[in-house]
Order: sequence, then structure tokens, then C-alpha cells
Amino acid sequence: MSEGRVPDIALQKVSKTFANRQVLKSVSFDVTPGEALCVMGRSGTGKSVTLKLIIGLLKPEAGSILIQGRNIVGMSEDELSGTRRQMGFLFQSGALFSQFTLNDNLALPLGRFTNKSKQEIDSMVQMRLEQVGLGKDRYKMPAELSGGMKKRAGLARALILDPHILLADEPTSGLDTVTAREIDDLLLKVREQSKTTMVIVTHNGGGARRLGGRVAVLDKGEMVALGTIQELEKNENELVRALVSEEGCYAH
Amino acid sequence: MLNIRAFFELIGNLGIFAWRALRRAFVRPYELLMLWQQIAEVGWKSLPLVVSSGFAVGLVLTLHTRSSLIRFGAESYIPTVQSLSFFSDIGPLIVGLLVAGRVGAGIAAELAGMRVNEEIDAIEVFSIDSFKLLVVPRILACIVAVPILTVFIDAAGLAGGFVAEYAASHISLHLYLARAFSQVGFTTFIPPTLKTAFFGFIIALTASWYGYTATDGSEGVGRAATNSVVLSSLLIIFADVILVKSIFFLFPEGSV
Repeated sequence: MSEGRVPDIALQKVSKTFANRQVLKSVSFDVTPGEALCVMGRSGTGKSVTLKLIIGLLKPEAGSILIQGRNIVGMSEDELSGTRRQMGFLFQSGALFSQFTLNDNLALPLGRFTNKSKQEIDSMVQMRLEQVGLGKDRYKMPAELSGGMKKRAGLARALILDPHILLADEPTSGLDTVTAREIDDLLLKVREQSKTTMVIVTHNGGGARRLGGRVAVLDKGEMVALGTIQELEKNENELVRALVSEEGCYAH
Repeated sequence: MLNIRAFFELIGNLGIFAWRALRRAFVRPYELLMLWQQIAEVGWKSLPLVVSSGFAVGLVLTLHTRSSLIRFGAESYIPTVQSLSFFSDIGPLIVGLLVAGRVGAGIAAELAGMRVNEEIDAIEVFSIDSFKLLVVPRILACIVAVPILTVFIDAAGLAGGFVAEYAASHISLHLYLARAFSQVGFTTFIPPTLKTAFFGFIIALTASWYGYTATDGSEGVGRAATNSVVLSSLLIIFADVILVKSIFFLFPEGSV
């Protein structure tokens, strides 16, 4: 963390247990404004849980979660609502509202939380969909979209309120290398244009390299490494080196 | 084996869920668009099933009552028996069970699918109250739509009865209706019809609870739908016993 700067996100000794299974054990890290932190690890090591804790969908048993210096643990629903509006969340499956068209998926939060006119909402929705290459698919239902299109639509929806922080849960999982690269390009573009702070859960070492920020590695609920790709390549832990290796990167 | 403790926990959870829905129903925003969509879903789309079932049951009921009443020379009472039995309990109960099957299973599966696909989490992420957006309109829609469907099944049952009676005795429609409504009054029609609002509440509450709290992926979706239909059907039948007794207590002339 840079000196004197309040981190956008700070986890302090956070623990989480599900049905007697501890999935996170005293995890701590922070993310400075504009930084992209990738969280890597084997499946089932608590990566997605970490994201859901940050946005307040889950509550930890122990520890603090500070968003722009304010601890969200123990916050009232109203306070948490205000904090959440500064964050966007891209779900692994896209999690688009299946009963709504793409247009309505994006327009719903705009209609609820802004005073914009219908025309302004229409143009913002169109702009976001074009940004992710779905401008012509505006009135399609989620069931009509491919996996990659759903992720792109999910990203457009996550960005619709211009969040200061973006949380992305495996944005490239289950996609072919070309589509995965397109998604990473979109994330890079968003980061460069809007200086959005990002926490990205990924299995894709190549994607983590391209985003260029630090990487946190979780194993069995504990954070075993945190640093730049170059630092982690020299880490003594074999799992850490394997996760951040070039192998599995999409073709350049 | 029936786990008594689990059963009472379930009833307790349903009670808490109902109280939460009741409190949220009076808090802004009122989700009127979603409410209207759900009324259309529950009411309009259930209408063909309800009307065709009512017609068939009405027809069969007349065939059975005719063979019994004719032995006592009381076939002129067939339309009266038909209307009183349909209006007081057969219509409301059949609507309750049909809606529990069609709508209850649909609500449970839909909400469970949304839970499993993280759509409910996605709603919460936007600081939108998912319970108020998804559960409250479904409960209100069922409370409004089920009594309306009951009126339709009553009419369809009478129509079925008339067809069966016309085929046997060539009774005129005018005479059939006159006899059918000769004993029908406020207490034999309004309270039994309105009690189905409570059936609608039971159906939507049970289905929403199973769907909204679903776990375990696609297996959980199927389980939510099945459990919802089983429990809501049972609760409707048990509630009917209490409601019928309550109606007789409040409107004693209807029990005569």
C-alpha cells in the first residue's frame, strides 16, 4: 500500500466458516485506489467467498473489512447499501436477470438509483452495451446469449453505475482463449479509462499477467503469497509458482 | 420418518417469512409493475387449466348426484346441489390445489433457479431488496388472483353441470340457473370465495420460502418445487377445515 493513501479495500484478519468448515483463515490484504489485484488459488479455497465478503453478501466470523476506510462488518443495511453502490460485481455466470432483456438488466439499477430521464437511461445502456460489443443484442433475453456474451453483458451491468470498485469472479472461466482474451482486454480498458479499483478472482495466469497488478494466492483458506507476478515467480511455494506461470496463458 | 422437530422448525420459519413479507408489503417502493406481471402470470395463465378442470368436475358431479337424487325423486334439486357444493367448497378447494400445483411449483422453481444462478445475489449487490422485489409481489398476486379464479371455476362448474343435466333432461338454461341460484346467498358465496385469498397466501408463501432459500444447485431447484407442492397442498386442506368452521361460526345461517 502506498504511504498516506487510504486503501479502497482492506481485509484485516478475516475468517469465514461454513457448516464447521473454515474456508478463510485470518486473511489480510489491501487494495489501493486504481489497483487491480488478482486473487488466485485452487478451486474451493475461498476466492469467491472473499469477493462476497467484500461486497457484504456474506459476513465474516472474525476480522474487519474496510471499504474506503469504513468497516462494513456490522453496518446497517442502509449504510451497506450506500457502500455497495460504489461497487460493481461481475458474477462467474453473469447472473443476468433471466426474466429481463439485456436492456432491462442494465436499466433496472439506473432507474432505481439515479434521477436520469428515460432517454438518458436508454443512451447510457446503449453506450455500455456497445462498450462490451453487445450493442445489437440489446433486446435479447439472457437465454439467447452464449457464455461469453453473458459475461460481457454481466460486465456491462456491473459497470452501469460507474462503480469506483469492480469485483469480478472468474471473468474468463469456461471461455475459449480468444473470448477470454477479449474479456481481459475489456477489463484492462475499463481500468485504464476509469481508474477503477479491481479485485479479480481468476485461474488464468495469463490474464493476471496482462492486468499487471499484484496477485494474492490463497490455499486452503490461507493467504500464502501476495506480490507482483515477478516476485511470485521466485516464491518458494511450488503452488504459487505454478499458478502464476506462463503455462495456460492464451496464445499471443 | 417424519421429524417432528424439523416440521415445527419449518412452520416457525414460514411464520417468520410471512411476518417479513407482511412488513415489507407496506414499505416503498411498492413494485407495482412486478405485482401486475405476477397477477397476469398467476391469474391469466392459470385460467385455461382452472376453467377446463371446473367444467369437467362440474360435469362429473352432476352425473353422480343425478344417479343418487333420482332414487329419491329429487332430480329437480340437482342444480341447487351443484351450485351449493361448488360455491361452498369444491370450487375453492380445487382452485387451491390446482394453483398449488401450477403456480406454486412455478414460483418455487423460478426463485430457486434465481438463487442457484446467483441472480438474487446480483439483485442484492445493487442494494435492491430482493425479498421485496421477488417475494412480496408473488404473495400479493396470489392473494388477489386466487379468489378471482374461484369465481371462474364456480362458473365453469355450473356450465359443466348444465351440459350434463341438459343431456339427460333437456332442462332449459333459464330454469337451470333459477334452480341453481335459488339457495345461493351472501354466506354461501362470498365467505367461501374470499377464503381462497388465504389459500393464495399459503401457496405463495410456501413456494417462495422453498425457492428463496434453495441450495444445492439444480437438485435443489427440483426439491424446492416438489416440497412446495406437497406442503402447500397439505396446508390448504388443513386450513380449509379451520376456515369452514370459522365461516360457520361467523355466518351461522350458512351452515344450515
